[in-house]
Amino acid sequence: MSNKTTDSEPAALIGPGHSLASVTDKIADMVLTKRTPLGWWFALMVTGTFVGILGFTIVNVFFRGIGLWGPNNPVGWGFDIINFVWWIGIGHAGTLISAILLLLRQGWRTSINRAAEAMTIFAVMCAGMYPLMHTGRPWLAFWMLPLPNSMGMWQNFRSPLIWDVFAVSTYATVSLVFWYVGLIPDLATLRDRAKNIWVKRAYGSLALGWRGAASHWDRYEMASLLLAGISTPLVVSVHTVVSFDFAAGIIPGWHTTIFPPYFVAGAIFAGFAMVLTLMLPIRAWYRLEDFITERHLQNMGKVMLATGLIVAYGYAIEAFTAWYSGSPYESYMITNRLSGPYKYEYWALMLCNILIPQILWSKKARSNVWILFGVSMAINVGMWLERFVIIVMSLHRDFLPSSWGMYHPTRYDWGMFLGTIGFFTFAFTLFIRFLPAIAMFEMRGLVPRGPARPGKSAH
Amino acid sequence: MSHQQSAEPAIYGLMAEFDHADDLVAAAKAAKDGGYDAVEGYSPMPIHGLSDVLGQKNQVAMFTLGGAITGLLVGFGLEYWVNMIEYPMNIAGKPDFSWPAFVVPAYETTILFGALTAALGMLVMNGLPSPYHPVFNVPAFENASRNRFFLVIESKDPRFDLEKTKSFLQGLHPLSLAEVPH
Repeated sequence: MSNKTTDSEPAALIGPGHSLASVTDKIADMVLTKRTPLGWWFALMVTGTFVGILGFTIVNVFFRGIGLWGPNNPVGWGFDIINFVWWIGIGHAGTLISAILLLLRQGWRTSINRAAEAMTIFAVMCAGMYPLMHTGRPWLAFWMLPLPNSMGMWQNFRSPLIWDVFAVSTYATVSLVFWYVGLIPDLATLRDRAKNIWVKRAYGSLALGWRGAASHWDRYEMASLLLAGISTPLVVSVHTVVSFDFAAGIIPGWHTTIFPPYFVAGAIFAGFAMVLTLMLPIRAWYRLEDFITERHLQNMGKVMLATGLIVAYGYAIEAFTAWYSGSPYESYMITNRLSGPYKYEYWALMLCNILIPQILWSKKARSNVWILFGVSMAINVGMWLERFVIIVMSLHRDFLPSSWGMYHPTRYDWGMFLGTIGFFTFAFTLFIRFLPAIAMFEMRGLVPRGPARPGKSAH
Repeated sequence: MSHQQSAEPAIYGLMAEFDHADDLVAAAKAAKDGGYDAVEGYSPMPIHGLSDVLGQKNQVAMFTLGGAITGLLVGFGLEYWVNMIEYPMNIAGKPDFSWPAFVVPAYETTILFGALTAALGMLVMNGLPSPYHPVFNVPAFENASRNRFFLVIESKDPRFDLEKTKSFLQGLHPLSLAEVPH
């Protein structure tokens, strides 16, 4: 699919002088090399420490209950739901890059889609931990699934919360399947290139005996295209359903029709920021400038700018609707955001999500890795604050002043938050060591289809 | 077993190696034009049009459609059965058959079943997983996942004749030519 779309300008997508063998060897050697970079061990140690913190927190919350967390009356949803929405949103960029950009025939997705899909899976794993623990009795989580049980009880399919169960579990499954299908031909390459017999067997088992037959490729490409086509409405539906969790409630600040598109745009915004946060260091450490070129950075910067503007529009419409509704509760919600006890969080959100990304209008800024990294970190923080603003600020002061309160996260809230960040980066660190971080077979579609010969075109 | 099928050739087929995708497509065309039917190409990346040249069929799309429709019926059927027959619940006075609310879970099961049939259907129709295949017996074949292209004419083809097919493949100027043992 990719070789067709990018024939016109392959030079911008991949450094000059690459061949079928050189792209394969470069990417496969990142995995098959015997010399593990020292920095990798360091990253594993640091992130592993945070996985330890996550384990400690989860064990405590599991045995002693979610009273260890900060949520209270009236703020019944705290870090758990903020982080759930934040992580799910981050995952969306992976699906967007792998599915929607595939359907739109954007050849530049090729070198970043594998890592972005991996990021999706790890982000969804992090997201899943929160509602699971939030149920309070995670060992009864299977009650959310439509399984026959001795109580004779069934789910209420009118609730957005059960929609969420279906949407998120489908999303996790389909993302994993899509990712694995994409890996099969590359696992076969690793099998064929590995020298050690056990390494060969490990990758060989995972490659399922892939041999690159023409009939197989034909079905494979059809399956990939269909998976992309199926994932596209899926990814839009997942964050829409997440936004229904709020929009179907009557709390001022939640009960608004702008939520589905605004959440989806925010998810893409957050996800691209996280892709850059992960890919910029890897690009530098593994010297992948030939594969993740300036054009990739430019395009990702543009996507962030565009989705950021949609998000800014969402903020503006929220404020406008509150004013236009004439409802005192709705207008108080906005006043409270601008000048209430959490006003610093709100203004930090405006700074991170609206003001700072405007630097991406400049082409120079989009090509500067340091600026891009800084902007992506700001957006990571900003999108987290957005969920804080929506969840905590809406809940803490609703209709009756007698039921107003404040939310203070405890160290178990922070422990789980930092712990999932650790788990995410830990899993990603393992991923870049043991699996090809760039889709080799798709990269082979971007280079000449064989040695150049006089009298014949290289393609 | 061998005494019953003494007519079966001793090898799986003949394998010609190329270093350019266009050579493989040209060779596949030549083999088809030469009357061979049991021909398969192997390449490190998908080559558009190659399976058309080889006259191969692809039913993944139909299977996926079937899977997606099954998912829709299963999802909606589950919700109907639960809320109408097994466990009717009066929630805020809404009708038992609240079909607009049932759309979302049914939509997700449609996607789930469709995606799983696309992936599993592709694998099953490709005959995967298959840990062993005769083509792996040729040492040069390890580059089929790197930078080389292979054409195999299988011995089950009625026109297959070791000497004649060999000289036919030699005429296509491959980098190498190998017999593929079973």
